[in-house]
Amino acid sequence: MRVWLPPLVLAALLCGLSAGMPALEPFFQWVQPDKQRVIYERDSFLFLLQNHLLLVVISAAVGTIAAVAGGVFATRPSGRDFLPLVSQVASIGQTFPPVAVLALAVPVLGFGEAPILVALILYGLLPILRNTLAGLESINPAVREAGLGMGMSPFQVLLRVELPLAGRVILAGIRTSVTINIATAAIGSTIGARTLGDPVIAGLVNGNTAYVLQGAILIGLLALTIDSLFEALERTWDHRFSPQGAA
Amino acid sequence: MIELKNVTRRFGDTVAVDNINLTIETGEVCVLVGSSGCGKSTTLRMINRLLPHSAGNILVDGEDIAAMNPEQLRLNMGYVIQGTGLFPHWTVARNIAMVPQLLKWPRDRIDARVNELMTLLDLDPTVHANKYPQQLSGGQAQRVGVARALAADPNILLMDEPFGALDAITRENLQMEMLRIQKQVRKTTVFVTHDIDEALKLATRIAVMDRGRIIQHDTPENILRHPASEFVENLVGKQDRGLKLMSLRPVRELMNPHRGPKRADPGVEGLREEDSIRLALSVMLWRGLQEVSVFNAHGEETGVITRERIIREGA
Repeated sequence: MRVWLPPLVLAALLCGLSAGMPALEPFFQWVQPDKQRVIYERDSFLFLLQNHLLLVVISAAVGTIAAVAGGVFATRPSGRDFLPLVSQVASIGQTFPPVAVLALAVPVLGFGEAPILVALILYGLLPILRNTLAGLESINPAVREAGLGMGMSPFQVLLRVELPLAGRVILAGIRTSVTINIATAAIGSTIGARTLGDPVIAGLVNGNTAYVLQGAILIGLLALTIDSLFEALERTWDHRFSPQGAA
Repeated sequence: MIELKNVTRRFGDTVAVDNINLTIETGEVCVLVGSSGCGKSTTLRMINRLLPHSAGNILVDGEDIAAMNPEQLRLNMGYVIQGTGLFPHWTVARNIAMVPQLLKWPRDRIDARVNELMTLLDLDPTVHANKYPQQLSGGQAQRVGVARALAADPNILLMDEPFGALDAITRENLQMEMLRIQKQVRKTTVFVTHDIDEALKLATRIAVMDRGRIIQHDTPENILRHPASEFVENLVGKQDRGLKLMSLRPVRELMNPHRGPKRADPGVEGLREEDSIRLALSVMLWRGLQEVSVFNAHGEETGVITRERIIREGA
């Protein structure tokens, strides 16, 4: 149970700070003495946080399903031919900056949430795909052979043996992907998506460091919260599926 | 009974198994022996359809396996491989319970069976049942592998170099273990090895393979006495055959029996009836004796074996 404490504390801090940012007005007044308004008020921080989180969760869910499905397909006997292609795409794709994906998506999808969602899904897919491949490929072939040879169907081998064994590595991929996407989603503010990037952009445009600080603190805190959530998940996973590592 | 009729397996242009015919009777241990790449593993893996055969027919109890559901076929064949292939994320007990679970046995029947098998293979259930495969020694892990293969009481046991990766002492122990278990459960067994001594020890019949063909299929004694070709002769060791024959025969066959079992004198050491003649000779040479007493399973002296008779009739 102790593993769940850090994400809980961080989540509470995040929500508290989002709701109670005006209480810190004296502090931001000290940071930015020359401005009349030092607390970002165009949208509530809670709304921005919620929207930001929603974008990340949707893109992570879609990306995970697509990437795991792709990784599984490329390691089946029928999809083996695609394995080199898929793993190259997974590696090369990561060298592509997310801003470039945004720039390419806007002309097609217009402004707003849609292009940033596409960018997040495409970009978040890659670390998950790479880890799915690595996880499945690292399984001792004798284990798969024994499963099949003892009468499991290929689907049973996948579900009961391969995915549980590769799961830890796949989970690590999702963790990387989500952490990157929390940062990338903030860039969505430049093309009209409403995220925690809004105060940052507004602050940069108006020369208001207090706004920038407020957005940045919340984005950073969100990333820490989610990351510690995954840390707890991974610990729980270890405990459940590979006790020899924990022992 | 397993029958292979004109079975061929090609990988692209290379022929791995070339038109072989082999009949394995119910309850016998057939050992496929040969150097690596001779097609023995391929042959084994065609029997449970992990590899499809390119031509010919394979019949199990008269039924063509090509017409059977591969999963159903395999559920009735225990399969033991060199690397054990135990599932690292499952406990020993759950690994052994794998096939019964696939067959949807009730929980308490599975538990009873796991306990029974662990005891049969000399693994203490209270100590090992909840361990993970990584926490076992190589020999223990392979015992679990054998227990898993026997779990649902299949008619057929396929073993692909199961003891190949073990050290000599552990291997020897597991071979003895296998002979003991085979006496109890009498499975139709196909056993693949490259070790001719292992083959001679375990087999009721040996099939010697070379370059995808079966060179000779016969009892261990006949393989030693009448090798079909120079290849087989070299495999069994030309010079060493006398001793190898001796190790196939039990002391019982060459001892001079007493009229009835005698109570043994206290402190007398001797051989058991099922020890090999080779062992008897070795004991005599080491201790400088002309004869040694032989005891039966109850510890009664049933006869003596003499050095002179071993030299005369041993091989």
